[in-house]
Amino acid sequence: MAGEKKQGLQLLGFWVSPFGQRCRIALDEKGLSYEYLEQDLANKSELLLRANPVHKKIPVLLHDGRPVCESLIIVQYLDEAFPAMPALLPAGDPYARAQARFWADYVDKKLYDCGTRLWKLKGDGHAQARTEMVEILRTLEGALGEGRFFGGEAFGFVDVALVPFTSWFLAYEWFGDLSVEKECPRLAAWAKRCAERPSVAKNLYPPEKVYESICGMKKRLGIE
Amino acid sequence: MSEAEAVRVIGLWASPFVIRVLIALKLKGVKYELVEEVVGKKSELLLRSNPVHKKIPVLLHHGKPISESLIIVQYIDEVWSSDAPAFLHADPYTRAVQRFWAQYVDDKGTDDGGKDQAAEQLSAALQLLEEAFVKLSQGKHYFGGDSVGYLDIALVSYVGWVKAVEKIAGVTLLDKAKVPNLVAWADRLCTHPAVVDAIPDADKFVEFSVTYGSFSKPIINGPK
Repeated sequence: MAGEKKQGLQLLGFWVSPFGQRCRIALDEKGLSYEYLEQDLANKSELLLRANPVHKKIPVLLHDGRPVCESLIIVQYLDEAFPAMPALLPAGDPYARAQARFWADYVDKKLYDCGTRLWKLKGDGHAQARTEMVEILRTLEGALGEGRFFGGEAFGFVDVALVPFTSWFLAYEWFGDLSVEKECPRLAAWAKRCAERPSVAKNLYPPEKVYESICGMKKRLGIE
Repeated sequence: MSEAEAVRVIGLWASPFVIRVLIALKLKGVKYELVEEVVGKKSELLLRSNPVHKKIPVLLHHGKPISESLIIVQYIDEVWSSDAPAFLHADPYTRAVQRFWAQYVDDKGTDDGGKDQAAEQLSAALQLLEEAFVKLSQGKHYFGGDSVGYLDIALVSYVGWVKAVEKIAGVTLLDKAKVPNLVAWADRLCTHPAVVDAIPDADKFVEFSVTYGSFSKPIINGPK
């Protein structure tokens, strides 16, 4: 019915998008029920275009019909609108929160773009992407330190921001001819640890499927 | 340690990202020391404080570094929460909207598409921001309503730069006919005591771009 706003939580996403997966993991970590609406990005729906007119991208969270866009903004929104435990950003510690935001932002700035160059480019471009990827993964491992998770003992904001990309590690390894286990053993161990969490196991696709989907993208773009 | 020594900002007067940190500190009445970088030469202190990105601004609070301007502004808001009205709204949904537009501003502001494209893109972005202002201000003076908020800080930091682009490209971006609310907002906010000293004259920005060649690169990337 026109004008009637749908109540509750809905998430507009795309199955393989790590950005959408961040939101799904956060929703599950918070124990929130929601309706998932898979979007056709080749043929964008009225709902998506109306909910995110500026960027026309997924993910979009709708809460009682009101849209929130940008995955990390959605995750922070869920953390603040549903403050019952667990807190994804460490409560009451502005410095720790700033550090968490910094590393989530680092993932946003560096990882997806570098990964894309790894499977798109050849020659020097590819070699540079490979070098950068190793550096990025090592930097993230440095940030992880000796902790079980990026925030220490508890699974939190940075873990949510990064964990969807662990399904892309295999693709990075195959396209980049590198080994995450060898370059960053602690990061590889963290990935395995996260995979044991129900929220992560439920929402990530097997790495082989991700690799397949990238191969599909390459074909469509006419890249060898 | 003196009061001012407890809070230091590593930066450069011409960077809009540094300007927003200074405005945030001034709004909270926090005394600070500005450690000016030399364009073309990154200091030891900067490299030590922000080894990941090697960029300004960096806030040093009792020696602990915080990087990325919007993350710094949120940190300032949380640490000095009892001083001055909060930058981010109390309501999670409004916060999400403020964060969305601040991110949008940065996406557009750092789009290095060359002089002509820059003017065109800025014009379109300002149109969207004009509409956002009408919605968010609810008839009041600022994006934050009655008080200067997160989005006001994020956007006003570019005003000196926008005025410089107007001079260099010979265009009117802050056009009373097209974006009347933004023009009124900019005029009002630029005379605010916390802002007036943080944003030099447009001519200074023009001079800076003439001295250092490329218009935006030295500012965006910080000193090389």
